[in-house]
Amino acid sequence: MSEIAVRRKGKLGTSIWAIGAWIIGILFFFPVLWMVLTSFKTEADAYSTTPHLVFKPVFEQYASVFSSGIGPYLVNSLLATVVSTALVLVLAVPAAYALSIYAVRKVQNALFFFISTKMLPIVAAIIPIYLAARSISGLDNIWTLVVLYTGMNLPIAVWMMRSFFLEVPSEMLEAARMDGAKLGQEIRHVLLPVVAPGIAATALICVIFTWNEFFFALNLTTIRASTMPVFLVSFITSEGAYWARLAAAATLASIPVLLAGWFAQKQLVRGLSMGAVK
Amino acid sequence: MMRRICVLFVALLTLTGCGFAGAGGGAGKGESITVAVVSNPQMQDMQELIDRFHEEHPGIDVRFVSLPENESRQKTAESVSTGSGEFDVVMISNYETPIWARNGWLRNLGPDIARTPGYDQQDFVPAVRKALSYQGNMYSVPFYGESSFLMYRKDLFAKKGLSMPPHPSWQQVAELAAKLDDPGSDTAGICLRGLPGWGELMAPLSTVINTFGGRWFDPRWRAQLESPQVREAVRFYVDLLRKYGEPGAAAAGFTQCLNNFAAGNSAMWYDSTSAVSTLEDAKSSKVAGKVGYVAAPVERHPGTGWLYSWSLGIPKTSEHADAAWKFVSWATSKHYIGEVGKTLGWSRVPPASRLSTYELPGYRKLAGAFAKPTLDAINSPTIEHPTAKPVPYTGGQFVDIPEFIDLGTRVSQQLSAAIAGQKSVDDALAQSQEYAATVGASYGGR
Repeated sequence: MSEIAVRRKGKLGTSIWAIGAWIIGILFFFPVLWMVLTSFKTEADAYSTTPHLVFKPVFEQYASVFSSGIGPYLVNSLLATVVSTALVLVLAVPAAYALSIYAVRKVQNALFFFISTKMLPIVAAIIPIYLAARSISGLDNIWTLVVLYTGMNLPIAVWMMRSFFLEVPSEMLEAARMDGAKLGQEIRHVLLPVVAPGIAATALICVIFTWNEFFFALNLTTIRASTMPVFLVSFITSEGAYWARLAAAATLASIPVLLAGWFAQKQLVRGLSMGAVK
Repeated sequence: MMRRICVLFVALLTLTGCGFAGAGGGAGKGESITVAVVSNPQMQDMQELIDRFHEEHPGIDVRFVSLPENESRQKTAESVSTGSGEFDVVMISNYETPIWARNGWLRNLGPDIARTPGYDQQDFVPAVRKALSYQGNMYSVPFYGESSFLMYRKDLFAKKGLSMPPHPSWQQVAELAAKLDDPGSDTAGICLRGLPGWGELMAPLSTVINTFGGRWFDPRWRAQLESPQVREAVRFYVDLLRKYGEPGAAAAGFTQCLNNFAAGNSAMWYDSTSAVSTLEDAKSSKVAGKVGYVAAPVERHPGTGWLYSWSLGIPKTSEHADAAWKFVSWATSKHYIGEVGKTLGWSRVPPASRLSTYELPGYRKLAGAFAKPTLDAINSPTIEHPTAKPVPYTGGQFVDIPEFIDLGTRVSQQLSAAIAGQKSVDDALAQSQEYAATVGASYGGR
């Protein structure tokens, strides 16, 4: 086969992959686009049997969502997400460091123990958790959610961070030690800059999981500590369809996570591809 | 960097403080009560009108927790059963009220009703009042009530030269559906629920089973879901839907059927009387003024509609029971119903809780076509004797035991699969029988 034919075949293959990727991308993005478009429609247009892509946008759904008191829910979600993610990183980074850089005995057992806590379905544990929260006056308290979300994300964060630490060449750390770096300096000035993309990726995963968490929020909060997912479902009704208003609320609820992903985009791509090529 | 993070954290805490005050909304206002409601349109109207209550009772601040039906049910049951005291008022139905009252979880509202001048308990629709009572006392009071009836398109019937009998049989309905079914013009012969859920598919299907002479259990709690009568009823329902029902029937619940019928895509619909508020509202319905209403179809056992009521109760653990009763009595009063009609429109009035609603001139004008069928359906005496043969339970579209939420949902999943054509009716009923036998065994059925 001539070189030109090989090159042409390679180009064709690349094009097919690109088209496939675009189709999959559009398929995944379409529901999001539909949600955003629906949020600018009237209720009658939203469930019209012949859906329109071109229509006169209205903002009444957003006005309705804002007048439903979104503020406290948004603040609760932000607080639970920011604080629990920070706590997860504070705990997971040293744990992952110990489990990857140092030769800890029975490291696999320790790692399995971490991840085994994710194997129990939350629904099976909710009654004991509910009763425990009640006995310490922790119902409808945002700090109860912060503690639970920290525990919920910690195992995944430890596993993720460990895989990033394993990527760091041990020679780099040895060189720092030979230059007289102490443990704190070694971590701060050598290790963390290298694994920063990994931390960003881990943080974003924690943010997404926490922001979207519904089950604990539904069961353990009432008024003061309710979060965005609980606010969102209050627009779902079994008698009548309010799709446009629900779409407006869902669009607003998605914005903070999208923003977080957008800001962390550069780090994220590096973080998610770390370990993919060795 | 650390300083920035600290500033952000303090800002968040400050905001949270504001948020809590915002959510509570009643700092310095006096007593505050928390009300759990289902997020249906009538309850959203209640939240819209809450300032009227605040005007009458400036010392009481009302905070709503509004959730969809399933989530609300789960949340309130969890809270009330563990005595957590999170809610001062809960929205429950005639399914929960007697069970919760028997468990001692609800406040007896009898004395509160007696000491409230002008509240007029006798004005409640009698069947609804009875369904919300336990040992002669009301443990919750109705916000609105519903039964089931058959809705049909008068214009389509006239076009085809057909007429609807005032008390049709299911066989007649099937024959009419066959004549009216017209896939070419996107019109199904009939719309029926097929979505799994004890409150979805099982509501209409249970009434069909009842009128065909079937039952869930015999008096000794032995499961009866493989009896010839149940088999005949389920086969009839599944065949009717598969031949002349709406497309995608296995995923159609009340809301989907409402949209389907309101958009003019079905000739008949057997469902809740509460649908009229949407169907007769020209803003949301293409068929307003074109719909006729007749009694729930029957087969062998007469009068087999369902009875359901969303009502307000006060958990025994409430520390603000007096304030809670002031709110409950306001939201379920004659005055409130008039207020909704005058402020939001008569089509949005919570229906079928009070007889006096049907005497209000504004509502009478709107409800001329459906007022009598609604009241007749709700007062049909089938709730205590829902089936032809004796049974150890009451309830038209449910069995009044706590296990029914799970049992009804599991059985509905099987039968929905039969509607979707994923399994045969016989296989679905065999599995359902096993589920029912397990529940029956805990009541002594063998």
